[in-house]
Amino acid sequence: MSAAKPPTHRGSLERREARLAYIMLIPTFLIVFSIVLGPLLANFWISAKPVQLGDLRPAQVMVNESIRPRPQAAGEDVSVRYRIRNSSQTEVITDATLTDTLPEGLTIGAAPDGCTVTGQTIFCDFGTLEPRQRFDVMLPVTVGQAYIDNGIRPRDDKAITTGKSQNVLTSLEFTAENFRKVFDGAEFWTVLRVSMYYTIFGTVGALVLGLFAAQLLNTAFKGRNLLRGLFLFPYVAPVIAVAFAWVLLLDAGPGGTLNAMLIQMGATEGPINFLGQRAIPFSILGLQLEFPMALTTVIVFEAWRYFPLSFLFILARMQSVGGEMYEAAEIDGATPFQQFWSISLPQLMGILAVLFLLRFIWTFNKFDDIFLLTGGAAGTRTLTVDVYEQAFALSNLGAGAAVAVVVFGVLLTFALIFFKFSPQDDG
Amino acid sequence: MRFGLVTGFGIVVGALWGAIWMIVIGVLLMLVSGLVVQPPVSFALGLGAVLGGVQFWVKSRWQGQIASAILAGMAFVGVMVITLAQPFGIALTDGALYQIVAALIFALALGASLHLGLDGYTGETVSRYRFELLVIRLLKGLGFVIFTILVALPFYVMVMTSLKSQQSLLSNPLDFSIDLSQGGAALFRSYIELFTQYHFGTFLMNTAIVSVITVFITLAFAIPGAYAVARLRFRGQAFLSRSILLIYMVPAIVLVIPLYAVFSQAGLRNSLTGLLVVYPATTIPVALYMLQGYFRGLPSELEEAGLMDGLSRVGVILKITLPLSLPALASVALYVFMIAWNEFLFAFMFLDDLDMFTLSRGVVSLNSSEVPRQHLMAGAVIATVPVLVLFLWFERFLVSGLTAGSVKG
Repeated sequence: MSAAKPPTHRGSLERREARLAYIMLIPTFLIVFSIVLGPLLANFWISAKPVQLGDLRPAQVMVNESIRPRPQAAGEDVSVRYRIRNSSQTEVITDATLTDTLPEGLTIGAAPDGCTVTGQTIFCDFGTLEPRQRFDVMLPVTVGQAYIDNGIRPRDDKAITTGKSQNVLTSLEFTAENFRKVFDGAEFWTVLRVSMYYTIFGTVGALVLGLFAAQLLNTAFKGRNLLRGLFLFPYVAPVIAVAFAWVLLLDAGPGGTLNAMLIQMGATEGPINFLGQRAIPFSILGLQLEFPMALTTVIVFEAWRYFPLSFLFILARMQSVGGEMYEAAEIDGATPFQQFWSISLPQLMGILAVLFLLRFIWTFNKFDDIFLLTGGAAGTRTLTVDVYEQAFALSNLGAGAAVAVVVFGVLLTFALIFFKFSPQDDG
Repeated sequence: MRFGLVTGFGIVVGALWGAIWMIVIGVLLMLVSGLVVQPPVSFALGLGAVLGGVQFWVKSRWQGQIASAILAGMAFVGVMVITLAQPFGIALTDGALYQIVAALIFALALGASLHLGLDGYTGETVSRYRFELLVIRLLKGLGFVIFTILVALPFYVMVMTSLKSQQSLLSNPLDFSIDLSQGGAALFRSYIELFTQYHFGTFLMNTAIVSVITVFITLAFAIPGAYAVARLRFRGQAFLSRSILLIYMVPAIVLVIPLYAVFSQAGLRNSLTGLLVVYPATTIPVALYMLQGYFRGLPSELEEAGLMDGLSRVGVILKITLPLSLPALASVALYVFMIAWNEFLFAFMFLDDLDMFTLSRGVVSLNSSEVPRQHLMAGAVIATVPVLVLFLWFERFLVSGLTAGSVKG
């Protein structure tokens, strides 16, 4: 594509071509920067802020407007009441103001303190509102016949309020508390370990299943396309559908299909809580060990859901391998398994490495599957589920962002290791 | 007939298939008929072992289909005799027709497995080469049965549960028999309720709108971008074409907190517009990557000829490149559609109002103790069917799209 040595000066044609290329790429750049790279940086910012979920709603001057007592006839003296409230529990609002226009037929009397009246419009400046502060402003008015007749009420025209409050997201207040919290808990290391188990075994499981499935469908037979379509179902179907189908299938309560089957066959005494039990103790040679039940289930689900992808890639690669090598091996007397080990596997090593790399990163990034299956309970909480747990279940956005930074850091480490040790990408 | 290593292997193969087919057919019988059966797996294992040995003798006298049929006949008689006419562990009078049909299927499957799995071998010891072929036959057979069941079972449970009623589910969770006499309205009760009371019409519409618009936005951004990367020379081209996919490695969960914060304050959060900003941003890089690979493969002479004849670059793209890349565009469009349709995380985080829900979000809202689970499964079916139908219809495109450059999980 590009010349080995760039030309020393660029012709006008080349400049025009480059300009066209930039124009064509600008939309993509803009959207990717604003939705992917921007938030990525913003995540670092948030991780160093003491921000809670509730802080996203900035402090506002709330106002409730009513006329009382309700006027019955022209000539009555009543008041318009403005209930003013600072919506925030913690933040001070400065420069709080209120502007409102009253309907025709109401004659405004004396303006309350801090307010000025111009025609039918009232403007008030309250200065500073303390957190949770609330008070009423009463505006005396005289009711005219026009008000009774035209049916327009003060509420119909909303009072406008303004005010300035500190937004914790944009302030320059920083804290290391989020990270301290993340690394302090003994839980973090458990979560990291679970993440690694899930990633490694999920990836390897999907690859091995995919390799096996590809061997099955490598030779032509009737109904092969049908089976290939069926084998892709787990990957193509929406995650919510398959996750809930599995939840139902593995349910330990009444109505769980697999448990009912196992009990019917006499394979187990009582129901196995596939998704809810952290560990099943067992002993081998006097060693007390624990089998991580729920974690194994989510790993099996991961392998089940993503084997189609590796199956597809491996099948495509296998069908592009010529038959000559196998013929030569046959003549030399190599047995089928020897052929698989010495010809097929080495041929597939490239695609297997690429798949491992990509699946590894993607499995590490995976959130939906575990979240829908167990919600991160019973020893299945991975780092990604922990982000959600901290930020939205515990309402601590800052801590969630700190975990997300860790996720990104681990990912970056993997990526660097992989790209350092992997040959040129051929996928 | 001589004995040897393969005789022993035949006995093992027979025992395995006997046990497997008894379990599979027994469970199928349970699911289809609603009978509470107790498949006598150990009897079937023994029967299979015996037949595995006997089949060498059968094969020495008869060949091909006839041998298979004789073995099936022996299996049928055998299973009836050793279980004392209770082939599935319960009295034959309960659902006699179902049981006899199931026993016949068991016998045929066992006969065919033995025939296919050991055909061409006499029982005496063979070379390592031929023995491995035999092992591969067994592995492939097991693989087909196990993979098909593993893949199909969750979908089968999903569809059948959605057609059941709550009490019949709880009284016997294995009974997936369909009672056709109750009429269509009762059978599809869950679906009708989802559409009439749970707003699934709106969810379906929202999902379709979001997915289709995402496809168009993605293509509108990715086509020019991919063309520029593939064909035009500019500074940073090589870097770009290599690093595009890196964007795809950024986990969605890292983006969700900042986007949630910003979208909340900008009022974009609880809206389909918010999704229509996020979805294309996540699909454009992979679409661009897939398309640029395809564009590179097109012969550039055609485009040069177009340029010579006075077409502008844009004209070349519209009149030459795009018509040539229709298959690639189709597979990219399908792939993006699939991602947008199935997307869960952002829909779950962003949408609060019922009339904004996409199907993913809507189905999750059914996952509560107040909603019967057949509704949840019906919701899952509604979310799955359109994307699966589309997939089966255009399987060729989607498969090539998936392998062309897709890496998403």
